[in-house]
Amino acid sequence: MTSAEFAGRVQPGTAGVADYWALLKPRVMSLVVFTGFAGLWLAPGRLHPVLAFVAILCIAVGAGAAGAINMWYDRDIDAVMTRTRGRPLPMGRIRPGEALGFGTVLAFAAVILMGLAVNPVAAGLLAFAIGFYVFVYTMWLKRRTPQNIVIGGAAGAFPPVIGWAAVTGDVGLPSLVLFALVLFWTPPHFWALALYRAGDYARAGVPMLPVVAGADETRRQMILYTLALWPLALAPHFLGLAGPIYLGAAVLLSAAFTAMAFAVGRAKTDRMAKRMFAFSIVYLFLLFALLIADRIPPASVG
Amino acid sequence: MAEDALRQRRSRNLALAGLLVAFVALIFVITIVRLSLLP
Repeated sequence: MTSAEFAGRVQPGTAGVADYWALLKPRVMSLVVFTGFAGLWLAPGRLHPVLAFVAILCIAVGAGAAGAINMWYDRDIDAVMTRTRGRPLPMGRIRPGEALGFGTVLAFAAVILMGLAVNPVAAGLLAFAIGFYVFVYTMWLKRRTPQNIVIGGAAGAFPPVIGWAAVTGDVGLPSLVLFALVLFWTPPHFWALALYRAGDYARAGVPMLPVVAGADETRRQMILYTLALWPLALAPHFLGLAGPIYLGAAVLLSAAFTAMAFAVGRAKTDRMAKRMFAFSIVYLFLLFALLIADRIPPASVG
Repeated sequence: MAEDALRQRRSRNLALAGLLVAFVALIFVITIVRLSLLP
């Protein structure tokens, strides 16, 4: 499709509920909810089930709000990239001001509700995570440095810490290990996508690592990050968060993730990068699912 | 087209009203839970 043909598809003022839902980046939200829930589930202490639900809801809405503000700010580059040009803003179905207002109201609502219903530490962490994603990642780093997602990944790593703080009112060492796990997982996850979308990012002028340093250097860095993930993936067992079944599974999953990174380095194909991207999601999902399963019944809800 | 826009707006308003009702209900539930947790 040419730019002119694409412009012809723009439908002003036809936003439906589905468009506002898309503004919340539901797929990102689902992973954020899951890791936030894991932090809450694993934390020592007690939290009433209704308040636990509210804490997860606030994390979900806060993440969605950050996504909406991100789409407002990035609407120019989203319109250029094939992957994102069907989003409600570049399509013209939602006006920029509406998206910004929607995201801002939801962000404040999520933080205030978390503070009033759960505790101020969880609310403060949620506010910080939203601010980090919007101001540090989206506005500052994304268009300036290939390390954008390395540092910006911190925003996505906050949910387990927020979930933990919702129960304990504090930030414990185990929650920081979960934070580091998501932080170090983000680069190989995102760079796998960037490898087969490098043309898109180059056209939009976003300095992702494959665009700036080349595909080979990206593949090398992905291997290094999967190696660095090993101690972080195994640490929950040694911190007493999970038993031997988790340890065994974490070894297998980390071995598979590392092997896949080496395979991406050897094969140098988009197909392999896509497989790596898909597996990275399975890897993180299974690690957190195993952590949750290892703690049934939970230490915190009830 | 105008009919379409009207239908879209109506469904959006309904969704907004639903969200507001759910939000108020949630605040009620939170208040009850927090009050019952007080010593």
